[in-house]
Amino acid sequence: MMTFLHKMASPRYFYSISQKLSPWFMSVGMALLLFGVINGLYFAPPDYQQSDAFRIIYVHVPAAYISMMTYSLMAIASIIGLIWRIKIAFAFTSSAASLGAWFTFLALVTGSIWGRPMWGTWWEWGDPRLTSELLMLFLYLGYMALRASINDTQKADKLSSIFILVGAINVPVIHYSVEWWSSLHQTSTLLKLDGPSIATSMLIPLMATIIGTMLYFISLLLIRVRAEVIYRHRRSKWVRELILEDKNV
Amino acid sequence: MNSFKELSMWNGFKKMLYRDLLHSTKNLSQLMNPLLLFILISASFPFAINIDENQLMIIGPGVIWVIAILSFLLTLNNLYKDDMEDGSLDYMLLSAQPLPVLTFAKILAHWFLSGLPLVILCPFVSVFYQLSIDVSMLLSLTLLIGTLALSLIGSIGASLTISSQNNTTLLSLLVLPITIPILIFGAKTVVLYQNGHTSLTGLYLIGAYCMFALSFSPFVSAASLRIGSD
Repeated sequence: MMTFLHKMASPRYFYSISQKLSPWFMSVGMALLLFGVINGLYFAPPDYQQSDAFRIIYVHVPAAYISMMTYSLMAIASIIGLIWRIKIAFAFTSSAASLGAWFTFLALVTGSIWGRPMWGTWWEWGDPRLTSELLMLFLYLGYMALRASINDTQKADKLSSIFILVGAINVPVIHYSVEWWSSLHQTSTLLKLDGPSIATSMLIPLMATIIGTMLYFISLLLIRVRAEVIYRHRRSKWVRELILEDKNV
Repeated sequence: MNSFKELSMWNGFKKMLYRDLLHSTKNLSQLMNPLLLFILISASFPFAINIDENQLMIIGPGVIWVIAILSFLLTLNNLYKDDMEDGSLDYMLLSAQPLPVLTFAKILAHWFLSGLPLVILCPFVSVFYQLSIDVSMLLSLTLLIGTLALSLIGSIGASLTISSQNNTTLLSLLVLPITIPILIFGAKTVVLYQNGHTSLTGLYLIGAYCMFALSFSPFVSAASLRIGSD
């Protein structure tokens, strides 16, 4: 296991193995997505309370999962990069940020569209998930802005990783601060999303779309990390050899 | 060289604090401008809305808190930038004193000069919003603890952006999402008090957040100053 991890930390090895893995993630992810979307949109029965409006769950939940997962992964990669000085962790963090921001945006937009028929409003300030998701979007954007403002790549890596970590300890605090306040203050009862447990015929397509979106996300991420790795090591020998070997260039 | 070693950590802390306080008083306009802006924006809010006594009372605490944060953000830029430009930051990095102690002294000095004046101005600004004396005192109390937390969190942002260009906007963009808990705890404590709830919970929470920020902010600031000034 350790030798595998050690190998993965080498940019050259990572480049070649991710090149092989990426299409697999993409094709399996696409197949699962197709299965999940068709089943979710056509074959799953309408919800007894929300009728057909619940079907946005097949987009919203995967996007929300990934936005949170990406941030946690970025925080872990930042720790790895700062403590063990593994360069590929920084390449991972910097290329995951914009994907994470897009999925967060998607989760917010679909959540808002879902909220309109369900809660009767596009936006509900009393819901901690909504507000912490919005602030997470700003943390992603702040991370990207901070990176863009520093010319030196190594400096940008370290400083923006510190920012990610400071943000990571604040996201739960934001979540609970909204919860604390709304539990004291709320007068109208919202329709909670996590109501009765979900039926199997709805759950299976949901799992398929979640896993499918994750695989799709991973393959996109690998492509981005590979581009980042090859850009960062553009002066090194193995990248030159790689480009010279490529007949298409 | 010997005299440097004899300087204890506490003495180094005091000297840094004193030096920063003295340094800032020489540039009074830098201190005054954000405060004037605080008063001015607070005064311009009632122009934009219905001047209804109840409405002003309802929005008052929240508006004052938001304006306090915004004007506070403007002061953060000077926290480390000046020292970097005149080279004294390099001496701080090289000194025998632990850097977190020095950054903590700088944070405290910044709070004395930018946070405390806001707290002192707060009762006067409360008059614009028809707040009663007890509400305005509570608001000042939350600002007193809250601005210290703001200084601590803001110091992280200021040290992260030390090597960036046009960093005032960037600094605000980075710091504002992280200060949202302070805003929630601070402003909502007053709002809940106005609605007849207890204010102690909120005060405890904002104090807890302040202690929480205190536990990591000097260290994170010191680390990012070291990286940023490479």
